[in-house]
Amino acid sequence: MTKIKLNINNKDTVLEADPQMPLLWAIRDLAGLKGTKYGCGVAQCGACVVHLNGEAVRSCVTKVSRAEGKKVVTIEGLSEDNNHPVQKAWQDLDVPQCGYCHSGQIMSAVVLLREKPDPTDQDIDDAMAGNVCRCGTYLRVRKAIHLASELQKTASNG
Amino acid sequence: MDNTSLSRRNFLKTTGAAGAFLSLGFYMPASAKQAKIVTAAEADQFGVELNAWIHIDQSGKVTIFNHRAEMGQGSYQAVPQIVAEELEVNLADANIVSAKGNKEKYGSQITGGSSTVRGSYKNLLKLSATAREMLIQAAAAKWSVDKATCYAEGGKVFHKPSGRQMHYGELVEAASKLEPPKDVVLKKRADYKLIGKPLKRMDTHLKTNGTAVFGIDKMLPGMLYAAVERNPRMLGKVKSFDDSAALKVPGVKKVVKIKRGVFTAYREGVAVVADSTWAAIQGKKALKVQWDDSGFEHLDTEEIYKRQAKALDTQEGLPFKKQGDVDGILSKASKKIEATYETPYQYHACMEPLNCVAHYQGDKLQIWGPVQAPEWLQEYLSKEMGLDKKNVEVNMTFLGGGFGRKALMDYPHEAAEISKAMKTPIQVVWTREDDATQGPYRPGITYRCEGVVKDGGIDALKVKLAGQNIGHASGAPKDKPNGSASEGFLKPYAESIKNLAIMDVPFETPIPVIWWRSVYASTNGFAYESFLDELAAEAGKDPLDFRRAHLKEERLQKLIDKIESVSGWKKRKKGEGFGVAITECFDSTVAQVVKVSKAATGGVKIDKVWAVMDCGWYVNPDTIEAQVEGSIVMGLGAATMHEVKFKDGIPVDNNFSTYQMPRITDIPPIEVHIMDNDENAGGVGEPGLPPFAPALTNAIFDLTGKRIRKLPFNLAAV
Ligand code: FES
Ligand code: FES
Repeated sequence: MTKIKLNINNKDTVLEADPQMPLLWAIRDLAGLKGTKYGCGVAQCGACVVHLNGEAVRSCVTKVSRAEGKKVVTIEGLSEDNNHPVQKAWQDLDVPQCGYCHSGQIMSAVVLLREKPDPTDQDIDDAMAGNVCRCGTYLRVRKAIHLASELQKTASNG
Repeated sequence: MDNTSLSRRNFLKTTGAAGAFLSLGFYMPASAKQAKIVTAAEADQFGVELNAWIHIDQSGKVTIFNHRAEMGQGSYQAVPQIVAEELEVNLADANIVSAKGNKEKYGSQITGGSSTVRGSYKNLLKLSATAREMLIQAAAAKWSVDKATCYAEGGKVFHKPSGRQMHYGELVEAASKLEPPKDVVLKKRADYKLIGKPLKRMDTHLKTNGTAVFGIDKMLPGMLYAAVERNPRMLGKVKSFDDSAALKVPGVKKVVKIKRGVFTAYREGVAVVADSTWAAIQGKKALKVQWDDSGFEHLDTEEIYKRQAKALDTQEGLPFKKQGDVDGILSKASKKIEATYETPYQYHACMEPLNCVAHYQGDKLQIWGPVQAPEWLQEYLSKEMGLDKKNVEVNMTFLGGGFGRKALMDYPHEAAEISKAMKTPIQVVWTREDDATQGPYRPGITYRCEGVVKDGGIDALKVKLAGQNIGHASGAPKDKPNGSASEGFLKPYAESIKNLAIMDVPFETPIPVIWWRSVYASTNGFAYESFLDELAAEAGKDPLDFRRAHLKEERLQKLIDKIESVSGWKKRKKGEGFGVAITECFDSTVAQVVKVSKAATGGVKIDKVWAVMDCGWYVNPDTIEAQVEGSIVMGLGAATMHEVKFKDGIPVDNNFSTYQMPRITDIPPIEVHIMDNDENAGGVGEPGLPPFAPALTNAIFDLTGKRIRKLPFNLAAV
């Protein structure tokens, strides 16, 4: 066991963990933040996506030691009031069905929209192909990303 | 809003219903066919426990017990929408909590068979209207006016002539003392304000910020985590195990041998208990287990289908339906159409792997988990764990998908056994690999079809099927045909096809099988609707006209007209492949048209899917659209991407790296339409799946002249 210092959702945190432990389980079981989901454990489904220093990473294959001294943002820390443009778009279009995949979908979409504020369908496909949704909400995900792009623009103009 | 369950005592505490309240529920006398609506006072008097579906307190707050598990099909939304409509409250004022597994209290709670709405809506409407009438009656009495001059709206009762109004909260005390009226008048469809409207789901916001609590998210103080090594051949016993390396993994506390019941058999496993999920998984990897899996066959997929073919060659099967002179016509016909269709075993692949929290406390057991059938579970666990039923508490969480798999009792049973051995609260999390390789699976079925066409119609049709019968595991008689042999096949065909036989050829393997979204319709539909297309081609008829001629029912004719017009069927051009399929399951009928074209990169691509759903009376069109889209995506995966293959008795693919799932890049545009009528409500979560595969392969035939008779197939290789 090692003490690992990191910042989760703007809070300096010390986790006592086996440095080999994937960030996913450290976040869930040690930090008690259960919004980040386990889907496959092998970087295939995207349910576990979090932001590590602003980059979307699959926390199931990212060792907790890699987060030492870094900033981790999980779905719980994305916004104060569930009002990030991506969250709002998701709510507006009622994207989730069971909802299990959507922490990861949203975290992936946020990074996409930061890099490409006005994504084409192709951009969306490229960025979101790593996020599996068994309930099949893909068409709404695509629509919601376009909507979030609009919301983001109005927010920055206004 | 809270999605954890409440006991009635906690419920009263939490809702602050210390004062008076109006609480109405079903009282389902065992002898009576109809639900009896009772007040809390009546329930106490007769000593029956109240089904507290609706509870209105003095602040006017309405609490609804959501008696169904929420696994994505929107029952979280549908139930309050129904209640709020007839109760005349704003949807925002209606709070909803999940109810615990308790059959006496809540009636059937099994979420399966697309039954959430269709099984309960009439009772829910009546119950809500009864509460509304009692509140109106209470207000009329207070004002000493005729209750016919009063009406309810937005959680208040109004006296029309004087404009006086009273809040429900002010009326609950008086209303609770009234006798519930025997007959209440329900609203007409045209007067609905909420039902039939695309209202927002109430749980969405919980699913965009990580606050929705799924089974895997449940935490209890002092809870430990367990991972279980289970026999890779699914059946069989633990011969011996060596846990010395596992016990050295940091965080691992203990290793215990445990069992879990799967249908009537027990399966053994070795559980590693640790202080984090990951430590438990590491410990599990370090285990060395010797399995005893003698006594059953280690089958390969090829062998299974070879045996199905042989069974179909050599056996006539048990008649599920037999009318007219099928065999006579088939044997004498100058031309007979024959085709064999193969459908694969399928895995549910819920995004949330199986998991369960159990806290065994000697004389009491508490369960929290993503469970589809809490009442079965309560009953099952009380037997298995030797506890009084009232001391088994089953709490439903959100489900990250269910699709039939989470109606089984094995994973909570396992959690209960481990908690008992450890004397602490335990969460068992199945790894994706565990989840993918332990089954039960949807059975793979082979269909042998024969038909004769005469005067542009079907003269005779015979379908023989060989596949495992899901019912056998729970004791269905083996000398009777599978009761679901025609699921998916439109019932009116049995009237227009005078010479018809559906024969079930008995077939067994040691592979455990279970329902999978839309159950038999998901495989049957492919065979029936593909073969109809082959017969239409033989008759030289347009596939849609051919179906129209055989489906005389008015409701179906309207559905066919609709799919024809929305898909532009008649205007289709050369070089465009159009295919249609229509199937029925769970009292809903869905027609789909798929359009395909040659892909630039080889093979074919899907350009568009049109779907028309006839589910009768419905609550939320937005939910239906989402469910049909989701069903098509799941159907697409099952038709073109994945199957469970067995090698030496072991499922081959154990994760999404090889078990390919549909992704955003694979999804064609989908257009969903809903038929408007007042027929009885049918299911919406499943019936959109079965027509997809045959509509797709029929479209490929239209484009290329090639028949695809075996699923799954690779679109790029067509
Ligand atoms: S759980 Fe990390 S990608 Fe699936
Ligand atoms: S909404 Fe269920 S897996 Fe995506």
